[in-house]
Amino acid sequence: MANAWRWFHQLSSPKYLFQKTGQWLPWIWASTLILLAIGLYYSLWASPIEVRQGQGHTVRIMYVHVPAAALSMIGYIAMAIAATVGLVWKMKMAFAVTRSIAPVGAAMTFLALFTGSVWGKPTWGTWWEWDARMTSELLLLFLYLGYIALHASFSDRSKADKASAILAIVGVINIPIIYFSVKWWNTLHQGYSITEKGALNPAFQTPLFLMLGAIYLLFAALVIMRLRAEIILRNQKSRWVKEWASGSEVKS
Amino acid sequence: MILTLLQRELKVARRNWMGLAIPLLFFMIVVSLFPFAVSPEAAVLQKLAPGVIWVAALLSMLLSLEQFYRSDYQDGSLEQLLLMSSPTSVAISKILAHWLLTGLPLVVLSPLLGVLMQINHGVEHSTHTWVLMLSLVLGTPSLCLLGAVGMSLTLAASRNGLLVSILIIPLYVPILIFGASTVTASLENMRYNGELAILGAFLLIAVVFAPFASGRALKISVG
Repeated sequence: MANAWRWFHQLSSPKYLFQKTGQWLPWIWASTLILLAIGLYYSLWASPIEVRQGQGHTVRIMYVHVPAAALSMIGYIAMAIAATVGLVWKMKMAFAVTRSIAPVGAAMTFLALFTGSVWGKPTWGTWWEWDARMTSELLLLFLYLGYIALHASFSDRSKADKASAILAIVGVINIPIIYFSVKWWNTLHQGYSITEKGALNPAFQTPLFLMLGAIYLLFAALVIMRLRAEIILRNQKSRWVKEWASGSEVKS
Repeated sequence: MILTLLQRELKVARRNWMGLAIPLLFFMIVVSLFPFAVSPEAAVLQKLAPGVIWVAALLSMLLSLEQFYRSDYQDGSLEQLLLMSSPTSVAISKILAHWLLTGLPLVVLSPLLGVLMQINHGVEHSTHTWVLMLSLVLGTPSLCLLGAVGMSLTLAASRNGLLVSILIIPLYVPILIFGASTVTASLENMRYNGELAILGAFLLIAVVFAPFASGRALKISVG
């Protein structure tokens, strides 16, 4: 326990975090690419097409849509957690994490909305419907963009960090609304089928879980890359950054 | 402490009553645009009424947010207030005063707009107007509370005019949905207490968390 606590505190040192993530990054990228390759192979070629509802090949959109939607919500929760850590323990690096997640999360939200729209046209016959799930997901996109806009409108970075952290925490109320929207309201979007037993055919399950894992890793890899850029940006003046930038090895 | 602060707010507002009248005027004018733009037919207006009145109420609350903390922030008195007492109680008194000065007048004015929007079309002695007022009584305080959080976050930001709207409107949407659907349910002679209960629940959540969040944000913006 004491070790874990010390490790957590070490993470608040920009230099340590930069070095550690630098060590992890190749591994994360490698496993992302491998899993993504397997997942895409299964989801685009090896998995069966949907016959019962007559969806045919369009069902393959699911393998991008579901992971993107999941990550859009998990990304926001992660942002809120990092923001809380930053406000409570006054860890500056937590704010850097929050800020690194925001654009990636917004991209995931957009991807979920876009693939949903492309999938909705052939299956439901409409590009967009004001259904509870979609509307709340759209609001999530606005929350991400609001966070980014708020952070960008301060000239003082530490104020920007703290103010937008509060927004990230307040906005988390939307996440349960999205998650339970299919249960609370009878709307066009279908209900739970992944976590419910027997609702999804195992033949669809394998590629979906592979893609979920792959997108999780991709999300982590992108966030870590942004985080490293953010660390450099925030510590431009410190000596180790200058040493790193001039090409010499950073001594720990 | 909160009472003293509240008295101060009310005194300041009394000397600047034009600032308070403008959002109300805006509320009325926006609503009266719809008969011109869509159709003056009573049946159509009645169908539009809940949504239009609620959207107009939301926009005018948003408009009045501008004077929430801003003038106090600019002349430095907000800093004095924060030195004098805790940020949460400053936020509570500000929010309370703001609702009394903008939310309550909206509620009082809403029957008039109900008449303009033909909310009682086709029936005598209906309760629609009361339901509208009730939904606004439960909904507008939540709008104030959430707006306070947004306003205090953007105090120190540079491009703040429209920023507040972008931040706050996504959070306003659930209140708007249930506020308007309360009135719609009443117009369709259905039970509306479920919607009212949800509005009440939003209000309770906002009362618990928003003053605290707003207070924290004030401290960040000022300190």
